[in-house]
Amino acid sequence: MLNIKNLEASIEGNKILKGLNLDIKPGEVHAIMGPNGAGKSTLGNVLAGREEYEVLGGSATLSGKNILDLDPEERAREGLFLAFQYPVEIPGVSNLEFLKASVDAVRAHQGKPELTSVEFLKLAREKCKAVDLDQNFLKRGVNEGFSGGEKKRNELLQMMLLEPQLCILDETDSGLDIDALQVVANGVNNMRSPDRSFIIVTHYQRLLDYIVPDFVHVLANGRIVKTGGKELALELEEKGYSWLEEADNGVA
Amino acid sequence: MSSTAEIERRIGNEYEAGFVTDIESDTIAPGLNEDVIRFISAKKNEPEWMTEWRLKAFHEWQKMEKPEWANLKIEEIDFQSISYYSAPKSMKDRPQSLDEVDPELLRTYDKLGIPLHEQMQLAGVAVDAVFDSVSVITTFREKLAEAGVIFMPISDALQEYPELVKKYIGSVVPQRDNYFAALNSAVFSDGSFVYIPKGVRCPMELSTYFRINELNTGQFERTLIVAEEGSHVSYLEGCTAPMRDENQLHAAVVELIAFDNAEIKYSTVQNWYPGDENGKGGIYNFVTKRAIAHTNAKVSWTQVETGSAITWKYPSVVLKGDNSIGEFYSVALTNKMQQADTGTKMIHLGKNTKSTIIAKGISAGRSQSTYRGLVRMNPGATGARNFTECDSLLIGDKCGAHTFPYIESKNPSAIIEHEATTSTVSEDQLFLCRQRGIDTEKAVSMIVNGFCKEVFKELPMEFAVEAGRLLEVSLEGAVG
Ligand SMILES: Nc1ncnc2c1ncn2[C@@H]1O[C@H](COP(=O)(O)OP(=O)(O)OP(=O)(O)O)[C@@H](O)[C@H]1O
Ligand SMILES: [Mg+2]
Repeated sequence: MLNIKNLEASIEGNKILKGLNLDIKPGEVHAIMGPNGAGKSTLGNVLAGREEYEVLGGSATLSGKNILDLDPEERAREGLFLAFQYPVEIPGVSNLEFLKASVDAVRAHQGKPELTSVEFLKLAREKCKAVDLDQNFLKRGVNEGFSGGEKKRNELLQMMLLEPQLCILDETDSGLDIDALQVVANGVNNMRSPDRSFIIVTHYQRLLDYIVPDFVHVLANGRIVKTGGKELALELEEKGYSWLEEADNGVA
Repeated sequence: MSSTAEIERRIGNEYEAGFVTDIESDTIAPGLNEDVIRFISAKKNEPEWMTEWRLKAFHEWQKMEKPEWANLKIEEIDFQSISYYSAPKSMKDRPQSLDEVDPELLRTYDKLGIPLHEQMQLAGVAVDAVFDSVSVITTFREKLAEAGVIFMPISDALQEYPELVKKYIGSVVPQRDNYFAALNSAVFSDGSFVYIPKGVRCPMELSTYFRINELNTGQFERTLIVAEEGSHVSYLEGCTAPMRDENQLHAAVVELIAFDNAEIKYSTVQNWYPGDENGKGGIYNFVTKRAIAHTNAKVSWTQVETGSAITWKYPSVVLKGDNSIGEFYSVALTNKMQQADTGTKMIHLGKNTKSTIIAKGISAGRSQSTYRGLVRMNPGATGARNFTECDSLLIGDKCGAHTFPYIESKNPSAIIEHEATTSTVSEDQLFLCRQRGIDTEKAVSMIVNGFCKEVFKELPMEFAVEAGRLLEVSLEGAVG
């Protein structure tokens, strides 16, 4: 599904990713944890094609296709989805219009027929229910005046509508109350399928109680420094990251 | 490359209405003097009083100082190098029906998306098409006449209803009102005249399309709309011009009179040629638009301005009668090297008068957009209210937006509210859209349309779609 080899990337001349390797097979859920500033969001942004980041070396392929040369919208249409750590507001553009434009673009790329407004509205309402968002949020501006938790749910709503192949969730659990956490977990679990993969970036092992990952990775200093099963998350909760970073520095 | 850089790179769209129509014209030599004015007046077979009225305006104009431009950079205009009258040759004997109109002219309007026949007729919109200095055709005249509505070129009205024209022309914008109004009064060539009798609701939308074709001609149209007591009319004007390296002058005057309980809705979609990315060519658009609202009357100005190298216009409402209402809804989009200085004046004279101003400015490229508005509460304006909202949207970082709201209140009971915001189309917003599969062009158009929503919903339905499309075309270059 996703294959990352020796990925190096910088922003404003600062090298953030320093030879990162990651291999994700269809149907797998990978959790990525790591200290603040380690490069977790950077990884998501580079994979999604944010232009402020410069790729210095390495490769990334999605289902065998080199994605690093594609425009962000092309990657999205190929099935790469990034739920943002800090979702941005687009005042004046209704959520519904935005969602429809997005689904239209992705479906067109996949050669699927365009949904009529009525069909789409029905679908959007259904998904709203699934993420426990009132239908009024479809009429409001994109994320405009949404609370932190509502923004995160809106990200999930988009993910459900687009049915991507690879879902990257960047701290979607941060700032959520317990019920919302459950909503996010259910959303992800319901979407789990043999041909869809997830990267879940989180600081809290609690989420991993609900979404049980196949692998847990620690990203520090722009590299994956340790990989384990879900029990690694518990160990990290206890010991923090310093022991790993020191070990990594020792090697480097 | 960052999206901003991409935006810069892609600036440079083509102006769709920029073709020239190859047609034989009667054009007088450039220059302005009394003889030219007499020539225009004679060409139109005008009554003596009209010729005198023009000459008076000309003498006023000669005494006036060229205005100093607050926020506009304008090259000196040489008024002697402009031709003040141009008419397609075949118009000498004005066609009586569409079959008699020069097919080349009809094709021009077709190309502009303004078919003077089928579609417009289906849409039930009456059109007056003004080509350079003269009106080409007015559709639906008979049908309107049945309702008692007069809708015709002002030059025809001077023949058929001279007493009506005489009574109202200059009553809202006097000849000496300002430099360009005086010039217009002296040399105006054509324009539309609308008269809605007492209690009549005009049965269809009225619209005028202005087109400048000839090189070195100025266009000086004059529109006069009189809505008698309790009547109602919705009017739309649209404008285009060929692409030319030279700047061309457009100085129009529009006068609206809404008597007691009448309502006038005046919408403009202005798409004059804006000039190229280096600021070469384009229309200088200096327009005086003013309305008088009598007791309980309502006047709304809605404008979507995307064209012209320079736009200078402030549609105003004099709220003369008690309880009268004035509204101004505006979208001004500037791209490339365009400059716009536009806004409104709401002059509150009567008691409990109300005005609303919603002005949206969008700047892209290296353009500059200025909102300049005046709200005046006179001593008699007890209980008057104004609400003003000015929002600016910047695309890229080489453009500018400026807001100058002037407030003069001489009545302590009057309430004036003002809100202003400036926002940008941010990299983060564009990236969110692109990450969801939406390309930048579509994303910008969605964001801009969302920004303008409040104004678009004031436009007549058929034209709201057109306005949205126009913004898209005007922004084509501005997005990556
Ligand atoms: N525009 C920028 N200019 C310079 N440095 C930047 C820029 N953007 C990000 N960085 C730096 O890149 C590093 C990695 O940031 P990133 O957001 O990927 O961390 P993270 O692992 O997601 O952290 P957190 O857990 O806090 O979300 C940080 O040190 C950050 O300061
Ligand atoms: Mg982060």
